[in-house]
Amino acid sequence: MNERLPLLTNAAGPLYWLLFLASLWVLFRGHNAPGGGFIGGLLAVAASSLLATVRGVAAARRRQWLAPVRLAAAGVVLALLSGLVAPLAGQPFLTHIWWGGLSTVLAFDLGVFLAVWGALTGYIYPLLEEEASPS
Amino acid sequence: MQVVLPLLIPLLTALLAALAMPRPRLQRGLGQLGGVALVLSALWLLQGVMAQGRLSVILGGWPAPFGIELAADPLSAVLVMAAALLALAVRVYSDDHGSSEPTRLPLEQGVVAAAIAITLAADLFNLYVWFELMLMGVLGLLALGGGQRAAEATLKYFALSLLGTLLMLAAIGLIYGATGHLNFTALSQAARDPAIAPALPLYVGLLLAALLLKAGAFPLFAWLPASYHTLPLPLLALIGGLLTKVAAYVLLRLLGDVFVLTPAALLEGLGWLALATMISGVLGAAYHWDLRRILAFHIVSQIGYLLLGIALATSAAASATAFFLLHNILVKANLFLIIGLMILAAGHHDLRRIGGLYPGSVLLALLFFVNAFALVGVPPTTGFWGKFLILREAFEQGRYLWGGVALGVGLLTLYSMSKIWLEGFWKAHPDPERLNTAAIPLGGWLAVSGLTLLIVLIGLYPEPAIRFIDAGSAGFWPASSGGRP
Repeated sequence: MNERLPLLTNAAGPLYWLLFLASLWVLFRGHNAPGGGFIGGLLAVAASSLLATVRGVAAARRRQWLAPVRLAAAGVVLALLSGLVAPLAGQPFLTHIWWGGLSTVLAFDLGVFLAVWGALTGYIYPLLEEEASPS
Repeated sequence: MQVVLPLLIPLLTALLAALAMPRPRLQRGLGQLGGVALVLSALWLLQGVMAQGRLSVILGGWPAPFGIELAADPLSAVLVMAAALLALAVRVYSDDHGSSEPTRLPLEQGVVAAAIAITLAADLFNLYVWFELMLMGVLGLLALGGGQRAAEATLKYFALSLLGTLLMLAAIGLIYGATGHLNFTALSQAARDPAIAPALPLYVGLLLAALLLKAGAFPLFAWLPASYHTLPLPLLALIGGLLTKVAAYVLLRLLGDVFVLTPAALLEGLGWLALATMISGVLGAAYHWDLRRILAFHIVSQIGYLLLGIALATSAAASATAFFLLHNILVKANLFLIIGLMILAAGHHDLRRIGGLYPGSVLLALLFFVNAFALVGVPPTTGFWGKFLILREAFEQGRYLWGGVALGVGLLTLYSMSKIWLEGFWKAHPDPERLNTAAIPLGGWLAVSGLTLLIVLIGLYPEPAIRFIDAGSAGFWPASSGGRP
C-alpha cells in the first residue's frame, strides 16, 4: 500500500470530502428529485473506499462513527423507527408524514444511506486488508 | 399495528443486538426482552384475530394494486404464536450456554422475524423476499460453527436452497406474467377464472416444487439431515422447528386458499409424495444412532403427515393440518432441546456411547417420555389429536392406503423413540464417569418444562385450539367442502 502515486495520495483528503459532501447532497436532493439514500450511500462508500485504498483501512474506519456492521444496523433501525411515527397518528406502518419541507421520509432515507454505507464498507474493508497483508 | 408488531419486534431485536455486539451482557438482556415482547405481541395478535377475524394492513397505506399487504387469520395467528413461544424458549435455553458468538443473536432473531413475516405475508413477492432473508440468516448460523464440517453443511444447504429459491422466483414471475397480480386476494380471484390464465396450473406446479424442496419432501430431503446436525442444539431446535414448517404452511395457504383450482392430479401426486416422505424419513431415523440425526430425519417424516393433510384438500383436512403444524413446531423443537440436555448430561450424542440417564435424572426422563409420546401420537397428547384428525379425514375420503401407511409410520416412530429411551435412559452408561446430570443449567430446565407444560395442556384441552383453527380454515377449498371425489 506504500508505493502510491503522490498525486493521488495528496488529493485523497480533499477528494474524500468532495465525494462525501456530494453523497449528502444526493441524499437530501433525493427528497424531491432523483437521488436519495441508496445512491447517496453508494457515493459515501466510494469516498470511504478511496480513503481506505490510499491511506489504509484504519484511516477510513476512523471517519465512520461505528463499525460497518453496526452502522448498517443503526441505519435500518432509523428507517424502521421512521415508519413507526405513522401508527402513533393512527395510520398504517410506513405511511410517511410531512411537516412542510420536513418529513419522516428523510429519516427513512438517512437510514437507507447509513445501511448502504455500513454494509458495503463492511465488505470492502476486509478485502482491502487482505490485499494489504499478503499471507 | 397488531399485524406488524410480531414482525417488527424480532427485527428490531436483531438490529439492536447487532448494534450491541461489543457488549455481550447488553445483548443478552436485549435477547430476553425481545423474546418476551414477541410473545406478548403474538398474544395481542391472537386476541385481535379472535375478536375481529382476519386482520390486515397495507404498508404505507398505498392503494390496492401497489400496496404490500400483511394479513393475519386464525391460522397465521396460531403459527405466529407458536414461533414466538419457540423463539422465547430458545432464548431462555441458550442464555446459560454462554453464546459468546456476538453475531449469533442478530442472525437468530433475523430468522425468527423472517419466519413470522412469511406467515403474515399476503403477496407472493414479499413471500419470496422473506424466504430469501430466512435463508441468509440460516446460512450465517450454519457458517458460524466454523471448521470444515460446518462449511460443508453450509455449502449443501446453500446449493439446495438456491435451487429452490430460483424455482420459486421463476414460478412467481410466470404467475405474475399470466395474471398480473401478486396479492393473494387478487390472485385467488384471477385463479378462479380459467380463461385468464390457462397455463396457471403449470406455474403453480413449479411453485409447489420449490416449496416442497424447502419443506424437505421426498426425494429432495437429503439436504436436511446432512446440514442440520452441525448446528448447536438450541439453534437446531429453532431451525428444525420453524423452517420446514413455514414452507408447509405456505403450501397449505397457497393450495387451499389462493390457487383453489389446483388440478386433482397435482394433489394426488402430492399425496403419494407425502407417503414417500413419511417412509423415507422414518426409516432414516430408525437407521441412525446419532441423536441429532434421528430427530432431523423425523422432521422429514413429520413433513410427510403435513403434506398428506394438504393433499386431502378439504377444509377439515386444512384444519387438521394446521393443528398438526402447531403440535409439530412445539414438540419437535422441544425434543431437540431435550436431546440437548441429554447430550450435556451424558457427554455424547451417539446413543451407543451414552446411557444411564433414567436413574441419573428422573425429571429429564419424564420430560422426554411426554414429548416422545406426543411425537408418536399416543392419546391424549397433541400428536394424537393431530394425527387423529388427519387420519379420520383420510379414512372418510376412502384413502385407506394413505391412512394405513401413516399409521404404520407412527409405529416406526415409536420404534426410534424407544431406541432413544432404551439406549439413552435405560441401559447403564458405558463410561459412568462422564454422566453428570448436574451439568444441565437452569435455563435449559425452564425452557423444556415450560414447553412441555404447554404441550400437555393443549393435549388435554385441545378443543379451544381446534375450534379456533377451524374458524380459520373454514374457507379453505370452498368448492370441495363435502370431500373430494
